Amino acid sequence: MGHMEKRVTFKGIWLPLLLVLPQILITAIFFFYPAGQAIWQSLFIPDPFGLSMQWVGLGNFEYLLSDRYYRASFVTTAVFSILVTVVSMGVALYLAILADRLIKGSGTYRTLLIWPYAVAPAVAGVLWLFMFNTRVGVVTWYLGLLGYDWNHVLNEGEAMGLVVVASAWGRISYNFLFFLAGLQAIPRSVIEAAAIDGAHFWTRFRTIVFPLLSPTTFFLLVVNIIYAFFETFGVIHTITSGGPQQATTILVYKVYSDGFVGQDLGSSAAQSVILLVIVSLLTVIQFKYIERRVHY
Amino acid sequence: MATLTLNNVKKSFGKTDVIHGVSIDVDDGEFIVIVGPSGCGKSTLLRMVAGLETITDGEVQIGGRRVNEEEPMARDIAMVFQNYALYPHMSVFDNMAYGLKIAKVEKSEIADRVAQAAKLLQLEPYLQRKPRELSGGQRQRVAMGRAIVRKPAVFLFDEPLSNLDAKLRVQMRLEIRALQRELGVTSLYVTHDQVEAMTMADRMIVMNGGVADQIGKPLEVYANPATEFVAGFIGSPPTNFIPGTLLGRSSDIKIGIRPEHVTISENGSLKARVTYCEALGAETLVHLISADRSKITVRQDAVLPLPVEGAEVGLNWAQANEMNFDQAGNRLAV
Repeated sequence: MGHMEKRVTFKGIWLPLLLVLPQILITAIFFFYPAGQAIWQSLFIPDPFGLSMQWVGLGNFEYLLSDRYYRASFVTTAVFSILVTVVSMGVALYLAILADRLIKGSGTYRTLLIWPYAVAPAVAGVLWLFMFNTRVGVVTWYLGLLGYDWNHVLNEGEAMGLVVVASAWGRISYNFLFFLAGLQAIPRSVIEAAAIDGAHFWTRFRTIVFPLLSPTTFFLLVVNIIYAFFETFGVIHTITSGGPQQATTILVYKVYSDGFVGQDLGSSAAQSVILLVIVSLLTVIQFKYIERRVHY
Repeated sequence: MATLTLNNVKKSFGKTDVIHGVSIDVDDGEFIVIVGPSGCGKSTLLRMVAGLETITDGEVQIGGRRVNEEEPMARDIAMVFQNYALYPHMSVFDNMAYGLKIAKVEKSEIADRVAQAAKLLQLEPYLQRKPRELSGGQRQRVAMGRAIVRKPAVFLFDEPLSNLDAKLRVQMRLEIRALQRELGVTSLYVTHDQVEAMTMADRMIVMNGGVADQIGKPLEVYANPATEFVAGFIGSPPTNFIPGTLLGRSSDIKIGIRPEHVTISENGSLKARVTYCEALGAETLVHLISADRSKITVRQDAVLPLPVEGAEVGLNWAQANEMNFDQAGNRLAV
């Protein structure tokens, strides 16, 4: 297709430059400038009043990598991201398979499933917090009737469970849409051929449907991991604020709490830089694989 | 290998009846072509035999056994789809071996059977390729191979050649028929192409609006169509239909006459004007229009002189070749 592509050619340099200028400006102001600032600041320790800065080179990084709490945050982030990704993708795939089999009412079903995506993470966090509030939460109350004493303020496992569920919930809509589109792109006749070949539902899913979905699955995997890394800040901030005892302090939350609560801007900046590197790596991996297109 | 029986098979989607009761006894090893225009229910009928559509009423038997309630996999059939429906992520070998692997056939046996089919279909050099790396004709062969290796009782073909170009279609049509003869597997073949039906079928079912208008051997159907629809659908160019009034007969009838049975002559009883001549080399198709604006086609030998376009000529035919139809399209006994 490449050579068939229609290209618009401009005579001068000024018009094209003007056309891409807004995008360049946005990227420069909201990405390159803060990223550059973060890299610069990560090499200093400012005094508590922000009046002076002392050059420490890679000192912030050295300190971070030997910090027990920072390393624990890596593990927390890994556990949290994997759980959010697995839960949100697993549930979404299951719902998409059900929706794919629907003939009547699939439009309504789809619309209802998309709604949670419109809820901002912080709002979703508050919603879940109300339901699981240790004193007035409706779920807590019913759990109490069953004899279970829910208290995510004290219990680390429960805290992690709650932020995972709240984060995954909004994400299911997004994943569902992609999985459903992926399922519907598989020709019906291929599934029918497999049925005639003797494959029952589960065998068909394992040997035909899942492999053909793999480009979608891989794309969602990377996107969801990045989501769990960054966009879940609001959920964690509203529900647990990283606690109890840093049990839900993922890397991006630690950037905030060390920088703006702990007032250690140098360390916070260094953490941002480390996150930047991690995301770049994830993106590189994504592009490498997507270019190869797992199947097809 | 088995017989196949359809006994007054019907299909409705909600309140809409799409198949109005089709019956046929297919002999072991027979090649049956279901032919008709799109929307006539031919694919639905095939899919009901395959078990991909439920049977609303009537009975389907394979090898004398009722299969209405059985899953596709239990019916001992294999199907070739219009778009081939190959598994895009599997090699040609795995595509063919898939059904056998699921049936837990031994590995050496699978390898043997696939090798045999690959040899038969000249697919040996391509066994490790993916479907997307094959041409249309090769994909078609893989779909055939997948059907063959399972050694089913019945082959079902759903317009398998309509995605191929004209030249390949002629070639594959011969190959499929030769292969089916060699294997002797009872086959049901759906097509909208009357040429495929004429050339491939042992017997054909001509479907029209969910009804089997006629079931019979191709030449019998051609020579003796049961309805106006069959006369018009089978044969190219199609049968000419002339209102009875134009020939001084009852206004209740239409007269059908095949293009090859009409001759152009000065003293012909029916006058018509030549609109266009198509010289095809061996023969010429002369298109004419009569006084009441009925279109008539004449097929004549190329050695005969070409009529002048726009000229008024006479048309003649032997009365024995006439087919009379009533207004509902049914054939009338002469």
